[in-house]
Amino acid sequence: MQIFEYNGSALVAMVGKNCFAIASDRRLGVQLQTIATDFQRISKIHDRLFLGLSGLATDAQTLYQRLVFRHKLYQLREERDMKPETFANLVSAILYEKRFGPYFCQPVIAGLGDEDKPFICTMDSIGAKELAKDFVVAGTASESLYGACESMFKEDMEPEELFETVSQALLSSVDRDCLSGWGGHVYVVTPTEVKERILKGRMD
Amino acid sequence: MECVFGLVGNDFAVVVADTSAVHSILVHKSNEDKIMILDSHKLIAASGEPGDRVQFTEYIQKNVALYQFRNGIPLTTAAAANFTRGELATALRKNPYSVNILLAGYDKETGPSLYYIDYIATLHKVDKGAFGYGSYFSLSLMDRHYHSGMTVEEAIDLVDKCIMEIRSRLVVAPPNFVIKIVDKDGAKEYAWRESVKDAAVASA
Repeated sequence: MQIFEYNGSALVAMVGKNCFAIASDRRLGVQLQTIATDFQRISKIHDRLFLGLSGLATDAQTLYQRLVFRHKLYQLREERDMKPETFANLVSAILYEKRFGPYFCQPVIAGLGDEDKPFICTMDSIGAKELAKDFVVAGTASESLYGACESMFKEDMEPEELFETVSQALLSSVDRDCLSGWGGHVYVVTPTEVKERILKGRMD
Repeated sequence: MECVFGLVGNDFAVVVADTSAVHSILVHKSNEDKIMILDSHKLIAASGEPGDRVQFTEYIQKNVALYQFRNGIPLTTAAAANFTRGELATALRKNPYSVNILLAGYDKETGPSLYYIDYIATLHKVDKGAFGYGSYFSLSLMDRHYHSGMTVEEAIDLVDKCIMEIRSRLVVAPPNFVIKIVDKDGAKEYAWRESVKDAAVASA
């Protein structure tokens, strides 16, 4: 029994022209059994920063609660929101604290930094950051996602085209993974608005 | 193996649990009540290791009561579910409880709700949920026959279908079940479904 594959998950974040998209699947399972088809894997930290957590659902929930707590404290002290780069460092530090008893999660962080420049990164379960200029993936369907994103990605896509690309990449990848799927959740974030959309894919 | 399942209806939630207390091949008793009344409008159906089940659910029940004494108002179902998850999560990496929980409750503002909390502290709000080997049968039946806004009669009919299926198809099927309901008037025992009655104790 692999602990990262206990609940099943798929996450992807992609960069566009002054915008980003972050998408996840909706399945919550316990190994072969599906428990729910409306599980939220992506959470908003603030209007311009989103966090997706793949891996073991219980650790994702615990980690999310700790990070929201730290961000709220930061907001009280600094009287502003955290920059995405700073937040990524915070997540990395919190994960490394548990180096010899880790949280079994792989976070995907996506945000708009200074001058509305999109920022995405992922890290492993002990906080090794992986910055990318184009896309990052995580979860049980990550290998399929790498392939799909590599072939579908183009530089400087507008929000509508970015939404289509991310959706197609997500749906085609989760269809090859039995532990993730049951639809998709896509957030497309521009400097002015956040569009949340639910995808209907193969419901199996 | 222990069977616990539940669903949310029109403005009630129903949970069902088997009532066998088993130790290896021996059935100690077949009228063990595994659904605890947490407070006036909450039910906690638990399955798992017998010692942990009783200790943990009593701990939650007493803490929920303490909150009401200290603050003068009862916890909402969501708050109680999150508290339960927190306790399981804290204990997870020290001294884990092997208890799976379905927490059903009724709140005046939000109506009925059902929370799925597994033994590694994964929390999810669901319309229907189940644990144990019986879940393979009850979840499929509920997927087929459940619709939102069921009446009590329809829900109990579905519950009976699930019990019949478990009895006929599970090799070590528990003979007896208890059904409890929570609605605006409170949490109460609805019925027992017994196919084997314990022999009466001879008087001295």
